Amino acid sequence: MPEAFKFELVSPERLLVSEQVESVVIPGAEGEMTVMAHHAPVMTTIKPGVVTVKTAEGKAERYVVFGGFADIVPAGCTLLAESAVAVGDIDRADLARRIQEAREDVADAKDDETRSKAEQFLSQLTTLEGAILPA
Amino acid sequence: MPSLKDLRNRIASVKATQKITKAMQMVAAAKLRRAQEAAEAARPYSERMGAVLANITQAIGGGGEAPALMTGTGKDDVHLLVVCTAERGLCGGFNSQIARLARDHIRKLLADGKQVKIICVGKKGFDILRRDYAALILERVDLREVKTLGFVNADGIAKKVIQLFNEGGFDICTLFYSQFKSVISQIPTTQQIIPAGVPTATAEATDGGSAVYEYEPEPGEILSDLIPRNISVQVFRALLENAAGEMGAKMSAMDNATRNAGDMINKLSITYNRQRQAQITKELIEIISGAEAL
Repeated sequence: MPEAFKFELVSPERLLVSEQVESVVIPGAEGEMTVMAHHAPVMTTIKPGVVTVKTAEGKAERYVVFGGFADIVPAGCTLLAESAVAVGDIDRADLARRIQEAREDVADAKDDETRSKAEQFLSQLTTLEGAILPA
Repeated sequence: MPSLKDLRNRIASVKATQKITKAMQMVAAAKLRRAQEAAEAARPYSERMGAVLANITQAIGGGGEAPALMTGTGKDDVHLLVVCTAERGLCGGFNSQIARLARDHIRKLLADGKQVKIICVGKKGFDILRRDYAALILERVDLREVKTLGFVNADGIAKKVIQLFNEGGFDICTLFYSQFKSVISQIPTTQQIIPAGVPTATAEATDGGSAVYEYEPEPGEILSDLIPRNISVQVFRALLENAAGEMGAKMSAMDNATRNAGDMINKLSITYNRQRQAQITKELIEIISGAEAL
């Protein structure tokens, strides 16, 4: 059995998770990564996606996060999310609204750089929607 | 001398007022608890954010890579004041204290020949500052419709501020709010948010961090993402502290009002009873002296 480490998921409004876990899958800005105990220190921004937490008791929990960053040290992992909810509690209308806003951002973008950023964000959101729909 | 009927009416009206203030006090107490919980729930995030920020600035080494939001424009000619007050009154000196602090600050800046711009969050501060400095107020953020303060509200304000900064609208941004110390004491506070200043790494932030961090993407990129978010967090914290402070101030103000109403009722009742007794005595004397005259 893998060693457990401390994982914390914090959103500006509250502390969502603070417990011993076996592993966490984080949607990093440059690809998903699984964090386990004694991970090398990494700091990464995260994109909108699903965080999968496997607790020390073997339960799997899934949370939807919209951007933020993760601070990983050998002793633990802290995920500062801009907004985070458990997958079961996600508000479809809210997600749809975010996608709509992202679409408008793409349409409003003035130069190529902002457009490509907005498009990237939009595609991340739609992937996210696809990932949680069957759940 | 008011008549007995007048006194009765006054007692009835003061009693009605007392009921209202009592109810407002209880509502404020309930809301205070919720606001306090919200403020406490938000604390871990801002603490972690501070630690991470300290860590990353250390990694960059405070070099020229730091974005302008952190180092400032190098000038201090134009000041932006974000004055956060409550949307509603009836909370003692809460709003006027913040506004007074802001006004003193503005006066000093203007005397030094600086340019001042104001963003008002909350109706009450806007009402007070409008009297003297209407021309300086850029805009007013209305949170009256907001039931529970969310991060989005703070984010909206912070985005406006950052946009203004990027357009070169100001050099230094200061946040005015009331720090919630306890139910009976709220301290009006100023906090400079732009330039943010370079935080120094605390002992806690460096534990286990002696190893070299790996950054995804580059530290500079993370930092430029982090700083605007940190400003939102600061604004959010100010709003939450304000919300808790407002409720605390309202609770003690309403407690005072209820007590005052109680005192007033007591005094009025004594006057009322005395006058009634005087009238009874007068009537008795009239009857007795009438009987004696026969």
